[in-house]
Amino acid sequence: METIVVEEPTTYINHQHTVASWLLTYDHKRIGILYLIVVTFAFFLGGLFATLIRLELATPAGDLFSADVYNRMFTMHGVTMVFFVLVPAVPAVLGNFAMPLMIGAKDVAFPKLNLLSWYVFTIGFIFTVASMVLGGVDTGWTFYTPYSTQGSESNVLLTGIGVFITGFSSILTGVNFMVTIHRMRAPGMTWFRLPLFIWALYSTALVMVLGTPVIAITLLMLVLERGLHLGIFDPRLGGDPVLFQHLFWFYSHPAVYIMILPPMGVISEVIACFSRKNVFGYSFVAFSSLAIAVFGFLVWAHHLFVAGISPYSALIFSFLSFAVAIPSAVKTFNWTATLYEGAIWWKTPMFFVFGFLGLFLIGGLTGLFLASLGLDVHLTDTYFVVAHFHYIMVGGAIMGYFAGLHYWWPKMTGRMYNDTLGKFAALLIFVGFNLTFGPQFILGYLGMPRRYHVYPPEFQVLNVLSSAGASILAVGYVLPALYFLYSLKFGAKAGANPWKATGLEWTTQSPPLPENFRTTPVVTEGAYAYSKREMRVA
Amino acid sequence: MFSGFSLFPTQASTLAPEVDNLYLGVILITGFFAVVVVVCVTYFAIKYRDRTGERIGAPITGSVPLELGWSLIPFFIAIGIFVWASIVFFHIVRAPDQTLEIYSTGKRWMWRFQHIDGQREINELHVPVGRPVRVVFTSEDVLHDLFIPAFRVKADAVPGRYSAIWFEPTRIGEYHLFCAEYCGTRHSGMIGTVYVMAAADYQAWASGGGATEGGTLAQRGEALFTQLACVTCHLPDGSGRGPSLLGLYGSQVTLDSGEVVTADESYLRESILMSQAKTVKGYEHVMPTFQGLVNEEGVASLIEYIKSLQAAGNRVASAQ
Repeated sequence: METIVVEEPTTYINHQHTVASWLLTYDHKRIGILYLIVVTFAFFLGGLFATLIRLELATPAGDLFSADVYNRMFTMHGVTMVFFVLVPAVPAVLGNFAMPLMIGAKDVAFPKLNLLSWYVFTIGFIFTVASMVLGGVDTGWTFYTPYSTQGSESNVLLTGIGVFITGFSSILTGVNFMVTIHRMRAPGMTWFRLPLFIWALYSTALVMVLGTPVIAITLLMLVLERGLHLGIFDPRLGGDPVLFQHLFWFYSHPAVYIMILPPMGVISEVIACFSRKNVFGYSFVAFSSLAIAVFGFLVWAHHLFVAGISPYSALIFSFLSFAVAIPSAVKTFNWTATLYEGAIWWKTPMFFVFGFLGLFLIGGLTGLFLASLGLDVHLTDTYFVVAHFHYIMVGGAIMGYFAGLHYWWPKMTGRMYNDTLGKFAALLIFVGFNLTFGPQFILGYLGMPRRYHVYPPEFQVLNVLSSAGASILAVGYVLPALYFLYSLKFGAKAGANPWKATGLEWTTQSPPLPENFRTTPVVTEGAYAYSKREMRVA
Repeated sequence: MFSGFSLFPTQASTLAPEVDNLYLGVILITGFFAVVVVVCVTYFAIKYRDRTGERIGAPITGSVPLELGWSLIPFFIAIGIFVWASIVFFHIVRAPDQTLEIYSTGKRWMWRFQHIDGQREINELHVPVGRPVRVVFTSEDVLHDLFIPAFRVKADAVPGRYSAIWFEPTRIGEYHLFCAEYCGTRHSGMIGTVYVMAAADYQAWASGGGATEGGTLAQRGEALFTQLACVTCHLPDGSGRGPSLLGLYGSQVTLDSGEVVTADESYLRESILMSQAKTVKGYEHVMPTFQGLVNEEGVASLIEYIKSLQAAGNRVASAQ
C-alpha cells in the first residue's frame, strides 16, 4: 500500500524549528507569541498573588500571612498585573501579531527594534521577579514617597529599576507601531479604511511615546532619592512628597488608557465580525480613541483630591475627568447600536464582548462617582476605588484581551478551540467577576480602606462574598489556558477564515506565511464591508 | 457598637446626608444609563441572533444626529453632576467660622490628638455633638490619611505641611477612625475610635483628669515660647529683632518679596520649622530654624499660643 504524504503548508510556525529561530526572530508574529508566553506567565503569577490576598481577606483577622507578607502580596500583584500584563497584553501580544497583517504589511517598520522591545521587556520582568524572589517590595504599585524613599525596607530599588527598564519596551513598541501605521499600509488602505483596532493601537502608541518617559524619569528620581537622599520629595530638605504623586499619575493615568484603548479596538473588530455589520459611527469611534488619548493627559490630579492640592485645581481636574468620560460613553453607545439589525453569531469571542460591555459599563459609570468631588473625598482610598479600577482594567481590558485572543487564536495557531467551553469560560468570568468586585463597591462606601491586612468584623460578609467570587474567577481564567493548549494538538483545522470575517488578516492562510501574504494585497473597500460582500455573493 | 449589616455607614455629621444624597442621585442617573445599555444589548443579542453565521446584518453605517445626541446629552448631565458634587465638596473643605480646633499628628502607626484644653489622647478622639470641630494635622514620617466614614470626611496627612478636616457631629456614639493612605507594615492597625459626646460630657472630659497637668495647649506653648527663647526677639511691641506676634494669626503679612500671605497654621508652622522660607518685610533674615528642636506637638502648642495672642491683641485694639 502506498501512503500519501500530505505536505503541510509552510507557515511562520513550521518554517524554522530551533529555539534560536524563535529567540532571534524578527517576525512580528513570532514576537507576538514570545510576548504571549511572558504575559501569560505574568498573568498567572499576578493571579496567584490575588488568590492569596482574597484568601487572607476571607476572615477579618490576619491569620494567613503576617502584615509584611500581605503588603508585599498586594504590591507584587499590582506591579505584575499593571506593568507586565495590562500594559503589554493587547498591544504587544495581539497588536504585534495582528497589526501588520491587518494593514497588509509584511512586518512592522523596524523588525529588529521589535525584537529588542521584547528583550527589554523580559529583562525588566526578570529584574522585577528577582526583587520578588529576594524578598519582595511593599510600597504598593504606586511607590508613593516618602514611604518608598525612607520608610520601606523592601526591594524598592530593584523593582523600580525593573519597571524603569520595561518602560523602554513600551516606548520602542509605540514608535514602531506609529511608523508602521504611517508608512506600511497596503495600497488602498486609507486612514478611514483602517480597522478600528488600528486606530486604537495608534492612539495607544501616542500615549506610550509621550507618557512613558515621564514614569521613567519619575522612577529614576525615586531611585536616586532613595539611594542618594537628594531631597526632591523630602520636605525636610525643601522637597515635596506630593510632587511624586503628580509625576507618577501624569504617566499612570494615561497608562490606564494604554490598558483600555487597545481592548476597545478589539471590541470594535469582534462586534463588527459577529454582527456582520459596519461598526456604527466608524469615524466617531475612531476619533473618540484619539480624544481619549489626548484628554487622558489632562486628568491626572483626580487621584490627588484629598492629597492636599488646592480646591480650585481640584475643580478643574474634576471637570476634565467628566469630560474624558464622554468619548468612552460614545464608544459604548456605538457598539450597542452596531448590534441593532445585525446578524449576531453567538460565538465565544462575542460572549467575551458581551461580558466586556457589561463590566466596562459599570467600571466607566462608577468612574463618575470618583470624578465627583463631593463623593471622592469619602470614596477615595477605599474599596470603592479598588472595585472601580478592577471593573475597568480586568472587566474591561482583560475581557477585551480574551475576546481578541479567542478571535485571533485560529489565525495564530491554525486550530479551533472548543466553542462551548469558551462560552462557559466567558460566563464563569463574568459571574465570578461581578461576585468578586460588586461587593467591594458597598464595602468602599461603608468605609473599608484599601490595602488593609486586617479589618473590622462587620465587613466580613461582603469580603467572604468577594473571596467566593474570586475562586469562580480563578477557574474561569484557568479554563481557557487548558482548552487553548488542548486545541494546539487536537483542535480542528481552522482554515483561513473560520469566522467569515472581513479584514486582510483573514485573507491569508492560518497560521500565516512567514511573509504574511504571497502578493501585497490591494484594498478597495472599508474595514467592515459585510453588506458589500453579500452583494458579491448574490 | 459596629454590628449589623447595612449598605450605608451611619450618618453622624451634618455633611453625611449631603454626601449620601449626592451618592443616591449619581446612582439613579448612572443606573438609568446602565439599564438602557444592558436592556438594548440583551434585546438586540437575542432578537437579531443568527444561528448559522451565514446571514449579513443591515447595511447601517451610522447617524450624525444620534452621535450628537448621545454625546451632548450625557455631557450636560455630567456637568449637572459636576456642579452638584462641587458644591458638596466646598462644604466639605470649607470649615465654618468658630470651630473647636484639635491638633493631630499621624505617625507610624498611631494618631495623636491634642485638645486646646490640654487633653492628649492616642487613637481615640473625643468630640462634642452639635459643634463644628476642625482637626488640623500633619505627619511625622510618611503619608497617612485621617478618615472618619461616619462623618464622610478624609484628608491626607502630609509631612511638612498641615491638612485639615472639619465636621459637625450630629449623633452621639462611637465611630471608626481609619488611616486611609498606605503607610507600611501596620497600616491596617492605625485605626481608632471617635467618641461623640454630649456637650456637657465633653466639657467634663476635656477639663478633667490628670491629663491636663501641663496646662492648656496655649499654656504649654507659652512655656515652650520662653524655653526656646522666641520671646527675646518677638517682643510684643514690635521693637525686637523679629516682628510682634500680637494679632498675627489670620492677618495679612507682607513679605520682603512684596508677596502678601495669610498667617494661617501652615504659615506659622513653616516659619517655625523652616524660617528661611519666608521673611517679613522690614526684618532681617536672622531667625534660626527650629527643625529638630521642637516636635510636631510642640509646634501645635506654639501655634495655639500665637492664636491666643491674637485674642489678646484684639482686646488691646478694642480697648484703645
